[in-house]
Amino acid sequence: MIEAMRWMLWREIALAMRRKTEVLTTLFFFIIVVSLFPLGVGPEKETLSQIAPGVLWVAALLASMLSLNRLYAEDYLDGTLEQFLLGAQPLALLVFSKILAHWLLTGLPLVLMSPVLGMQLGLDVDSILLMALTLLIGTPALSLIGSVGAGLTLGVRGGGVLLALLVLPLYIPVLIFGSGAVDAARTGVGADAHLSILGAISVLAALLAPWASAAALRISLD
Amino acid sequence: MLKAAGLECMRGDRILFSNVKLELDAGELLHVKGLNGSGKTSLIRMLCGLVMPNAGEIFWGGESISDLKEDYLANLLYIGHHLGVKAELTGLENLKINAALGGHPISEDQAWDALEKIGLRGREDLPAKVLSQGQKRRVALARMLVTKAKLWILDEPFTALDVDAVKMLEGVLNDHLHQGGMVILTTHQAYTPPKTTVKYLQLGEAT
Repeated sequence: MIEAMRWMLWREIALAMRRKTEVLTTLFFFIIVVSLFPLGVGPEKETLSQIAPGVLWVAALLASMLSLNRLYAEDYLDGTLEQFLLGAQPLALLVFSKILAHWLLTGLPLVLMSPVLGMQLGLDVDSILLMALTLLIGTPALSLIGSVGAGLTLGVRGGGVLLALLVLPLYIPVLIFGSGAVDAARTGVGADAHLSILGAISVLAALLAPWASAAALRISLD
Repeated sequence: MLKAAGLECMRGDRILFSNVKLELDAGELLHVKGLNGSGKTSLIRMLCGLVMPNAGEIFWGGESISDLKEDYLANLLYIGHHLGVKAELTGLENLKINAALGGHPISEDQAWDALEKIGLRGREDLPAKVLSQGQKRRVALARMLVTKAKLWILDEPFTALDVDAVKMLEGVLNDHLHQGGMVILTTHQAYTPPKTTVKYLQLGEAT
């Protein structure tokens, strides 16, 4: 079972390494969206550092959305998804490995890039570190929740838009507690509560999303 | 071993087939026949558990496959129209991953052997996207040489294969049947394995 999960993880990463554009698209989208804000809002440091956490989080949501379409679509088209369903392992385990790989390839790069973008928006060092921490705890939830939506919209015409309508509302709690953490720390309330809730969302999603995604995939392939 | 009764399949409002009954024991081959659109692929996907039958049930060794789930799937090898071969991965990688996820992991040497036997010598470590349609199919079919699954379900396995490959595939199927394996296939080609009970299942009107 662990063996199969390792194979899956290796497969996803090998595939991503052989067509790097996909990973890079998500990352550059994130960078560009964030970089547009100083141009649009104006270069006042005060305003920018005020809106920075929200901007970074919204950009992270959109970037993660962008990559979701392809999470299952290609495996569906070339028949590998069928083989996963017919594998001797529980589908939810394979799905979990796929989601994990998705986060490593799209979520983690955003976390690593966020300090640089935070600096660009004039955040102080403490806020930058806290910001990166919220992204680290929160982005797994984005991949997990998104996977359910990607499973449900698989093979549907115009699935991309539907996926956004389905998944973005579910991202709202993550957005609120993610971007709220930095504000809470600034006003002296402390970010602990926000971080705990964010962690709880991710853990809950990790428990439920693989099963839900597996069920969604079975329905899509019926 | 494999038994099904009263199977019905609906696609939209249309009933594709109903009251289909089949039985397959060790060493037997079931040839599913029918015109295009008669529901051969739907039946095959149903027997794999990919599609839920509207009515009827499928049993493996006396137990319903919807209860057995992975225990049934571990006995099953399915190769359909979509080959399940990733274009970016090499033949070797594809074979090893598919075998491992199918529940029968194989070693590097076994994978090389299987690909050589299936006629991909010298192309084992090329990405599948540079292979021809027939060669890609060979990569998928190589799983038949390494799997321990008893029941093989093959949807049009002979498509896109050249004469030599067809002959070799027939040999592989014959061996499997002689060793007590079971095969369900759809094909428009004439294929009768020697010394084997062949059953036919006609869907829709006969030609």
